[in-house]
Amino acid sequence: MSDAVSEPATDGRVVLDSRDISRALTRISHEILERNRDAEDLVLLGLHTRGVPLAKRIAARIEAAEGHPVAHGALDVTMYRDDLRTHPTRAPHHTEIPPGGIDGKTVVLVDDVLFSGRTVRAALDALADYGRPAVVRLAVLVDRGHRQLPIRADHVGKNLPTARSERVGLRLEETDGIDEVRIVELEGVTA
Amino acid sequence: MTRHLLSIDDVSAEEIQQLFATAAEMHDVQKREVKKLPALRGRTVINLFFEDSTRTRSSFEIAGKWLSADVINLSAKGSSASKGESLRDTVLTVTAMGVDGLVMRHSASGAAHQVAGWLDIPVINAGDGMHEHPTQALLDGYTLQRQLGSPGSLEGKRIAIVGDLTHSRVFRSNVKSLGKLGASVVAVAPPTLMPSGIAEWAKADGFATSYTLDDVLPEVDAVMMLRVQRERMSGGYFPTSREYTVGYGLTRQRLGLLRDGVPILHPGPMNRGLEISPEAADAASSRILDQVSAGVAIRMSVLYHLLAGEESA
Repeated sequence: MSDAVSEPATDGRVVLDSRDISRALTRISHEILERNRDAEDLVLLGLHTRGVPLAKRIAARIEAAEGHPVAHGALDVTMYRDDLRTHPTRAPHHTEIPPGGIDGKTVVLVDDVLFSGRTVRAALDALADYGRPAVVRLAVLVDRGHRQLPIRADHVGKNLPTARSERVGLRLEETDGIDEVRIVELEGVTA
Repeated sequence: MTRHLLSIDDVSAEEIQQLFATAAEMHDVQKREVKKLPALRGRTVINLFFEDSTRTRSSFEIAGKWLSADVINLSAKGSSASKGESLRDTVLTVTAMGVDGLVMRHSASGAAHQVAGWLDIPVINAGDGMHEHPTQALLDGYTLQRQLGSPGSLEGKRIAIVGDLTHSRVFRSNVKSLGKLGASVVAVAPPTLMPSGIAEWAKADGFATSYTLDDVLPEVDAVMMLRVQRERMSGGYFPTSREYTVGYGLTRQRLGLLRDGVPILHPGPMNRGLEISPEAADAASSRILDQVSAGVAIRMSVLYHLLAGEESA
């Protein structure tokens, strides 16, 4: 649940197909490795919903490159959101912190679309309740701009300048059966 | 999700599973170093208890605090209720202080329901007389689902509920809740402690009844013992407590009738030696303390679902 408007879309135009997504994830994986020579201290945490499969994919790529597994898990930020009271109650997802914990580790938060930055803000709060990482970084598949908080990503798959009237819809093989990112015009204009 | 939780009737089978799923996440919080979630920050919950309670009240208190709510406990003893204030005036007074949710226990059946009609904040029934105790039934169902390794339902599981059925709100809530979870319930009690009209009720709600504990024990997947509620008994429901134990207590000898590892539940407080023997209460298969820890998780889940979202704002 990266933000309220990144629901999967089947209309609009495709801006990233499965090959683009694959290449972007490979590049992010290598960037993460370059920044953290020692993959031993690395923990990848996917943010629900679609950050979780992305974190798994990045972990698999790093493992393929380095020859040993990298710790990864899932972080649910539902309870830490600042808009809990303006929505009907949402059920929390499962948080899975790897057995080694996050104390002293380099934690890379992985999400699908970076938009307002509020999900990441909530994730930073949630992390603090699980321990004290040495470093926290952020990797996102798509950065669509329009930040509302002083937050930026360290690793970006694709910068996608968008209008506020547009919606970025991301679908993934694991959750939706297909890999693609679409941009959908929200008001009026339909194909 | 429902606005109030007054009865198991307020939640569907699907909503119960949703409450369980959230409770499982809350259960993980109990193992964390920082046992605190910010979900109810700035909200105030009042625990209004007109009847004695240890575990229910303290677990609602812990649940509220772990969700960052401010929790106020008020018991009738020492409150204005003992000076003759009416129930309506008491609840209107305490909620006028700016409370966002009310957890209430009362000795009168239907009290929580009545109070919910006077207030525009969510009301959670923490036990009303001989009527219902929905969060207890939810934590029992949650414990059983985890124990019997059947996520998503208790389909095909046979569960005995044994003891003082007449006075038991835990029984009434559990019959509904276990039924919704797909379990088949067999209610066991001496004839004098069977609620009147239970035959029609059993037919309507699809559960079985029995007067003979020894016949039931070998065939069940779990057994839930109920407390003999002496405080609600005015007369001769059974001749002596010794005779009750011989007929309906989970004694050391009766433990042998259960299949291996069949979980033993008791909502507490226990009358050791009356309805449950120390051997049963402390057996490896006893899940009584798991029920207590599940109680916090379930109450966190209920408070979260009723108080965190916009509808309660």
